[in-house]
Amino acid sequence: MSQIKIVNLQKSFGDFTAVKNSNLTIYDKEFFVLLGPSGCGKTTTLRMIAGLELPTSGEIFLGKEEVGMLRASERDIAFVFQLFALYPHMNVRNNLSFPLKMQGYKKNDIKTRVEEAAKLLRIDHLLNSNISSLSGGDRQRVALGRALVRRPKAFLMDEPLGTLDAEFRELMCLELKKLHIDIGATTVYVTHDQLEAMSLADRIAVMDGGQILQADEPNIIYNKPKTKFVASFIGSPGMNFIDVNEGISQEQSSISIEDTNFNIPKQFETSKSNKNFFGIRPENLSLTNEGGLKGSVFGVEYLGSRKIITIKTKIGEIKVKTDISINIKLNENVQIKPSNDNIIIFDGETDKSLKSEFMK
Amino acid sequence: MDTSRSYLEPSSFSKKIAATIIIVYTVITLIPISWMVMTSFKNVNSAISYPPEVLFEPSLEGYVNLLTNRSRQSPEYLDSLPPPENWYEELVRSREMVITGPSKFLGRYSNSMIIGFGSTFASVFLGALAAYAFSRFRVPLKDDLLFFILSTRMFPPIAVAVPIFIMYRKLGLGDTHLGMIILYTVVNLSLAVWLLKGFMDEIPKEYEEAAMIDGYSRLQAFFKVVLPQAMTGIAATAIFCMIFSWNEYAFAVLLTQFNAQTAPPFIPTIIGEGGLDWPAIGAGTTLFLLPVMIFTIILRKHLLRGITFGAVRK
Repeated sequence: MSQIKIVNLQKSFGDFTAVKNSNLTIYDKEFFVLLGPSGCGKTTTLRMIAGLELPTSGEIFLGKEEVGMLRASERDIAFVFQLFALYPHMNVRNNLSFPLKMQGYKKNDIKTRVEEAAKLLRIDHLLNSNISSLSGGDRQRVALGRALVRRPKAFLMDEPLGTLDAEFRELMCLELKKLHIDIGATTVYVTHDQLEAMSLADRIAVMDGGQILQADEPNIIYNKPKTKFVASFIGSPGMNFIDVNEGISQEQSSISIEDTNFNIPKQFETSKSNKNFFGIRPENLSLTNEGGLKGSVFGVEYLGSRKIITIKTKIGEIKVKTDISINIKLNENVQIKPSNDNIIIFDGETDKSLKSEFMK
Repeated sequence: MDTSRSYLEPSSFSKKIAATIIIVYTVITLIPISWMVMTSFKNVNSAISYPPEVLFEPSLEGYVNLLTNRSRQSPEYLDSLPPPENWYEELVRSREMVITGPSKFLGRYSNSMIIGFGSTFASVFLGALAAYAFSRFRVPLKDDLLFFILSTRMFPPIAVAVPIFIMYRKLGLGDTHLGMIILYTVVNLSLAVWLLKGFMDEIPKEYEEAAMIDGYSRLQAFFKVVLPQAMTGIAATAIFCMIFSWNEYAFAVLLTQFNAQTAPPFIPTIIGEGGLDWPAIGAGTTLFLLPVMIFTIILRKHLLRGITFGAVRK
């Protein structure tokens, strides 16, 4: 197992640049998730680490070795595909032993290793089955097993749970996490599903437009997003953004929106633009009787443990996540205010969050 | 009115109509073939009798005549011979002839085998490599090249017979197995490339990527992972190539005489005494039909079995 490091990595397909000048360090034994919308370059990055695409420029280190231009077969990594890519003309046992045969292992060693992996993944009773007779979850386990048997330096997974149905996906998520803890392998995992990313990752890198916007632990990504895109991509429902038609200056600690004054964490930075955004997550807003932003209730979504209330204000719709006990009717007039200090100001020009007491 | 049936399922009535049409069509198409097989088991007289005999006493005379050369002898000479050693000598003597040796048929037949299977193998092998390259790699001018390959099928092959005849004479390829294999391969290759490219496009590239990550080279991945999954396409392509090169007549007449002559130009030259020897011709064509029929039946299971079914979720 080893650390993966990418330095100034770039990949262009003709005129289109899929990955722009990316830098990233994935630590040994880490479960690292590349998260982003489709077309953001996350899969291309993963395929370059795997050796399925060659970088246009930049370097990839696997451990201490620079592998950027090596063939996939020379890198000693394993890859789990979204479509599993199990060989349909072989049974489960042959699928699992296929990588080992190439490496010249003895028949007995192959047998023990395959059976070990099968046991770990609880597919040992399926070893002689045909691939076509397996369920989606079992196929996924075989695909993982094929990655596992070789004990590679790193596991790369490209949306491996993407094709499973919701129920299975949750189960496999748990299994993946447990498997990762058991074998402690460096894992790079690509997904567009933020819930999957949040529940699996030690660290997440959010990508958009070929760039890595932020690489941090899930709670930091969620609470202290570095850009407006990260803030909007993570969280369901997403963060509320309120237009602020004034410049933000250093030391500023309150802001006026629609004649309502809001206290904001003390700002450490001056904004470059005069059109900025006030960002706050729905759960950090609460209803109040006076002194808040006025609006009327537009919709109430019942989520079991929480309620999401959409409130129509003069400055647009704002979502508030409240306690289930709050009784509220449609079209009722309410006022909202932040319930804590988790407020982020995003610079309208750079889309980056401004440094503040909260965003240290 | 019965409204319970699915709109996707044909009704049992239309199924019956379809079955009837298929059976009638099959019977019609099988008549010449069964007539040919029947003729091969008739004797010379019943083969040309009028009205045609549907019920007849089966005889292997056609097959004996096909496989032997014979000469007519006087009854006195035949009487002076020792008694016939086996059933076919007896059969020939009863027609007042003796066997003078084996005919050329088996030689021509094995020529057909060598050239037919040889060119089929070459077409499918080269076609698979080219199709894989066209399917997976960024080939410059890919579309133009594919069109160029297809354009070789836009005229009947025989249109280039004269240049090929001259070329083959200069190159010393006339009347050789190699020459005929190359010729049929060239004709079949464009079909093979196009057919196989379609099948290769259907195979997700993740399979060979998985194999390459597992430590296999691209070529190894091609043979171990891609080819087995392209079996359906390979079988279909092989059948088409085989049928063409097995049946090809015009080039075989033009370019082969002795050494590499295939069965199609040979069979019409089987002439008996006082006219065509229909049972022998029937026997020749029946035997000629067998290999390509067996070949198709063997490969049929690959055509019907979607072996990649269920391995990939789409």
